[in-house]
Amino acid sequence: MTEATTNSMTTVMPPAPDATTEPRRVKYSTKNVDVFYGAKQALFDVSLDIHEYEVTALIGPSGCGKSTYLRSLNRMNDTIDICRVTGSIELDGIDVYSDEIDVVHLRARVGMVFQKPNPFPKTIFENVAYGPRIHGIATSKSEIDAIVEDSLTKAGLWKEVKDRLDEAGTGLSGGQQQRLCIARAIAVQPEVILMDEPCSALDPIATARIEELIDELRNNFSIVIVTHSMQQAARVSQRTAFFHLGDLVEVGETGKIFTTPDDQKTQDYITGRFG
Amino acid sequence: MVTEHIVTKFDEDLNQLDNLIAEMGGHAEHQFADSIKGLIRRDTELAEKVILNDKRIDAIEVAVDQHTISMLALRQPMADDLRVVITALRIASIIERIGDYSKNISKRTVAITQSAPVGPARTISRMGDVVQGMINTVLDAYLQRNADLAEDVRQRDEEVDALHTSLFRELLTYMMEDPRSISACTHLLFVAKNIERIGDHATNIAENVYFLVHGKMPDETRPKDDQSSYTMIDDSDKNNN
Repeated sequence: MTEATTNSMTTVMPPAPDATTEPRRVKYSTKNVDVFYGAKQALFDVSLDIHEYEVTALIGPSGCGKSTYLRSLNRMNDTIDICRVTGSIELDGIDVYSDEIDVVHLRARVGMVFQKPNPFPKTIFENVAYGPRIHGIATSKSEIDAIVEDSLTKAGLWKEVKDRLDEAGTGLSGGQQQRLCIARAIAVQPEVILMDEPCSALDPIATARIEELIDELRNNFSIVIVTHSMQQAARVSQRTAFFHLGDLVEVGETGKIFTTPDDQKTQDYITGRFG
Repeated sequence: MVTEHIVTKFDEDLNQLDNLIAEMGGHAEHQFADSIKGLIRRDTELAEKVILNDKRIDAIEVAVDQHTISMLALRQPMADDLRVVITALRIASIIERIGDYSKNISKRTVAITQSAPVGPARTISRMGDVVQGMINTVLDAYLQRNADLAEDVRQRDEEVDALHTSLFRELLTYMMEDPRSISACTHLLFVAKNIERIGDHATNIAENVYFLVHGKMPDETRPKDDQSSYTMIDDSDKNNN
């Protein structure tokens, strides 16, 4: 690695522990989180741990608070004036809502992928190179080239775009655009990736590619994914949290949640009895 | 099963599965009762009827197979729904085996009636009653999703095992007394074994009902009392070598 990558922002990830070593380290610890939009309370006393090198799926009917929870993790809710977050949200033991936290720095450590692919109106290359450049992760042309290739490869897009890096990112297909956004997110070497329904605008084949990718990314990142597809949550995640009307109803090992959940509400939701 | 699914066709599919199992189980119970009745009464006509009617059970098993496969593909059932589908698939295959054993009892009945009547009709009749009761109760337990009732069936298997062991001894004694009875008694040994196996199958269904209700198999070992595998006739008084 070059000297530019040794600054505090770009902690080089240690290799993922063996899949059999349990329990995994807690990456995000959230305790008694309440979120309000003005007078309306959207989350009630949510306490949930996000484990390192694991995919945590958040499921629940629309309006249950899962996206609100996701967005409170990297302070995306700060952009909404009337939004207020209380309780404790700690990333590696440090309160992300403390005054000392640089939000830009936080969002470099905690990347985000949205429902609709939203590439910059720039070339494929620039979409990926922009983040590392403005964060000072890489400066020389060769470093940037290496990061772009590495990120696009990790996102499973390199083979498809390596001969057309100077074409517009917006010219790619929906599935490719979404993988480009994932490449853009991992180019700044984050530790956590938040995904808010990353496949809901994609066809089944593009969805399968993203799911395959999520499983590979798990080796290097902690991933939190909001999804409306229960099958997707079951396929990609190791832990699943079920939200309902702003409450965290149940969280547990994914296999258990989808076969023998403890709570009747979880059971009713995953079997399609209410929504 | 309190609330209904948003997709009502899903509920219809699940009900249809219960109906198929109920129909199949009802047939199997009837077939078994007839096979025992045919044996006790030496009624070859009834035995032939049982042999012929086994096809019906096989046909319903095929229907259950198709229905469960289509539900897995189209509805992707989860949690308790998934257990309903998987359990139905398993139970249908167990009931099919029960049908096969009943058919085999009837085949042997046709053979047995060709020689003179031999002894232990009462023990066989008793064993048949207990096992028929187990089939009947375990089907109710399935349809009511009643794990306690299923547990009751598991407990009853002990009595079947004990009866089987005593029948085994009894038949060996008959054969020693009169070698001309060996042919019929050997068939009866197999009949006894078939009835004992049907009892085991009813117990397996009971375990599946428990799984259906609780999401795990019952863990404690059930009482077993089948000593027939270890049984020898003490011949020391006849021949000391």
